[in-house]
Amino acid sequence: MTMWIIVGISIVVFGAMFWSILKHRKSVGHKASNFHENTTVEIVWTVIPVVILVAMAFPATKVLLAARDSSAPDMTIKATGYQWKWGYEYLDEGVKFYSTLSTPRDQIEGTAEKGENYLLEVDNPVVVPVGKKVRILTTANDVIHSWYVPDLAVKQDAIPGFIRDIAFKAEKIGTYRGQCTELCGKEHGFMPIVVEVVSEEDYQAWVQAKLADSGAPSFDPNKTYSVAELVSAGEQVYNMNCVACHQPDGVGMPPTFPAIKGGKISTGPMAAHLDIILNGSKKNPMMTAWGPQLSDLDIAAVIAYQRNGINSTGDILQPSDIAAARSE
Amino acid sequence: MEAVHDHDHDHHVPSGIMRYVTTTNHKDIGSMYLWFSFVMFLVGGVMALVIRAELFQPGLQVVQPEFFNQMTTLHGLIMVFGAIMPAFVGFANWQIPMMIGAPDMAFPRMNNWSFWLLPPAGILLVGALLAPGGAGGVGWTMYAPLTVQPGMGMDMMIFAVHILGMSSIMGSINIITTILNMRAPGMTMMKMPLFVWTWLITAYLLVASMPVLAGAVTMTLTDRHFGTTFFNAAGGGDPVLYQHIFWFFGHPEVYIIAIPAFGVVSEVIPTFARKPLFGYASMVYATASIAILSFLVWAHHMYTVGMPVEAQLYYMFATMLIAVPTGVKVFNWVATMWKGSMTFETPMLFAMGFLFLFTIGGFTGLVLALTPVDIQLHDTYYVVAHFHYVMVAGALFSAFAGVYYWLPKWIGKMYDERLGKIHFWLSIIFFNVTFFVQHFLGLAGMPRRIPDYSLQFADWNLISSIGAFGFGLSQVFFLYVLLKAIRSGEKAPEKPWEGATTLEWTHLPTPAPYHSFETPPQLKG
Repeated sequence: MTMWIIVGISIVVFGAMFWSILKHRKSVGHKASNFHENTTVEIVWTVIPVVILVAMAFPATKVLLAARDSSAPDMTIKATGYQWKWGYEYLDEGVKFYSTLSTPRDQIEGTAEKGENYLLEVDNPVVVPVGKKVRILTTANDVIHSWYVPDLAVKQDAIPGFIRDIAFKAEKIGTYRGQCTELCGKEHGFMPIVVEVVSEEDYQAWVQAKLADSGAPSFDPNKTYSVAELVSAGEQVYNMNCVACHQPDGVGMPPTFPAIKGGKISTGPMAAHLDIILNGSKKNPMMTAWGPQLSDLDIAAVIAYQRNGINSTGDILQPSDIAAARSE
Repeated sequence: MEAVHDHDHDHHVPSGIMRYVTTTNHKDIGSMYLWFSFVMFLVGGVMALVIRAELFQPGLQVVQPEFFNQMTTLHGLIMVFGAIMPAFVGFANWQIPMMIGAPDMAFPRMNNWSFWLLPPAGILLVGALLAPGGAGGVGWTMYAPLTVQPGMGMDMMIFAVHILGMSSIMGSINIITTILNMRAPGMTMMKMPLFVWTWLITAYLLVASMPVLAGAVTMTLTDRHFGTTFFNAAGGGDPVLYQHIFWFFGHPEVYIIAIPAFGVVSEVIPTFARKPLFGYASMVYATASIAILSFLVWAHHMYTVGMPVEAQLYYMFATMLIAVPTGVKVFNWVATMWKGSMTFETPMLFAMGFLFLFTIGGFTGLVLALTPVDIQLHDTYYVVAHFHYVMVAGALFSAFAGVYYWLPKWIGKMYDERLGKIHFWLSIIFFNVTFFVQHFLGLAGMPRRIPDYSLQFADWNLISSIGAFGFGLSQVFFLYVLLKAIRSGEKAPEKPWEGATTLEWTHLPTPAPYHSFETPPQLKG
């Protein structure tokens, strides 16, 4: 409707403008009149816009009140923004996971053909049942992010230290893709959101599978891994979580993103290395605490990769060491 | 005083560079403002082209994401604070004394200082790129808590904003005092040219809003270095507080840029329609209402932060209200042209380009005012398109109109009319190629401030980038047109514009002498 109002006003205003441009020009001999006041006209063209605006405000208010109604949801998911990924927690079902961009680096850098869903694909999509009112609670771990899925008509800022909410109901089964829409630093353009809307049965099956998956750790916490095992697992972890800042091969982008290769911490004492990964850096806010985000095996593996893949210090930690450090 | 100085009147001006360092002459200072803003316009323009070059195709080709973010940030800050605002202060300096029949600005020495604060600020802004880690890639809005993360480039930007704010406040005090105290006898407030009125209102907006921005960035500074937590929830602060403070400044800022542009257009259109401005009094009242409303709508930039729905409704209604006085202005301009006797020299072309494109920007603004629509379009390219219609087609085109209009008075030479028209047509075509397609990108959901995008956005981005390079080159062409006029322009007639009625055209020779109106002019009736 707004569109038609705009078209209507444009026709009148631009019509008058172009009519005067064509007809009231000196080159066709038009003499200038000298009128320059008309109170009636002024009042008319103040009142008419007011009436139009009031007419527009009514439907807009109705839509807004409906859209902002997040009461009585069928399910609630907490979405947490991180630099640079999303964490999801299904509050009733107890499902929890992180969702990271899955487009390979070489597609971004142009050394590989770009896939169909370039930059709009993740490793773990959000899965919701069709026709259910889903309430999303947004918050953030570091800076402000924004959870935006255009085709579900939702956008809500995720603000560190606060929880906001928004609700949607997907009427059709399918995949809905969106992106972070609040500038959140370097990789702002690389933290998409993917929502899979599935049937109720498929949803229940997915929940069961996820729960089974996360119930027990997928690794044996007491196993002693070999250096090679940890380094190869660590390379994966590094490429998912560290590479955006510390760069492939660990060259970093000093001074904000220090080098891992030959770096003071990654070739220095093991305790400091573990501490900065678990708890983040006190001096550089860009280095976040990875303890809550990564498993014991992931941390042991990424340390092994950094010290023995990128560097060659020869020492490693086992997942059990990480567990011990966590409980201190 | 006059008697003492009469005999050496023209000899106490130092020559060369010292003339400009020490000058207290409003014309010299106005020229410096205009040249400074043009240099910053080119610097900010190059940054825009870096952005558009990266967005030419999907994938990362030209720059890395953090440098991209620094480019978008500095492009915004430089264009707003370095290019457009100083350009209109330059117009104010040149024109206000001449249009009200005053010999100079009220505080000439402060005038000198308020200009000379700008170059250090400009150097800090651009120099931030050379700081370790580069400038802060935080967006020109500098939202907390992202601003805690960058290195000292961020501090340089904060200090630059402080300095620019000081300069603006001093400039505004000067303008207000000049207008209120130094009008020629007989020039009552309601007889002032509309350009003077718009600047009076703008100067009040500046004085009221710049300290708020200074407060916001100062709190950012102390959050960064001195352990305060104004914007950090962990210490009892709130990141959204920053946004409220910023936009309490930021929305009036939009009108600080737009209102002097209204003023220029309100001088140019009557001149070339050879007909007095329609509804002078209603123009003054509309401008004042826009200025007041601009302080009451700031949170319409923040519909997605999660404010109560009642607040969203209030901001929606208040924002829609701005359409009324803005509409009145557009109607008045069209009514001024109606039944006039129009000619279409370059200033008039730019003024009409302004009117046409600013109205489109106004329409998209009305679309964005509707909260449910804005939530969908917030932080997408639709918003980018909208504010470039208002800022570039609005403020920049009206600045071009002003330069072509007053250039003969300033330098006593004419620009090349044919080249001026070519500049206009190149600008308006490439502007629309660049920015009209960005509406489609926004409607399709492309977020702003991303260095790379998914494949469905590729076509429109390609077109937009081509337009941007065309627009950039058109402005290099503008520099050529300017330099040609200055070096070898034809001598300007005393009154090149038949329909001009303001004092600088009717009571002063062309070019305007270094000191004008040492005795106040006699106004008719």
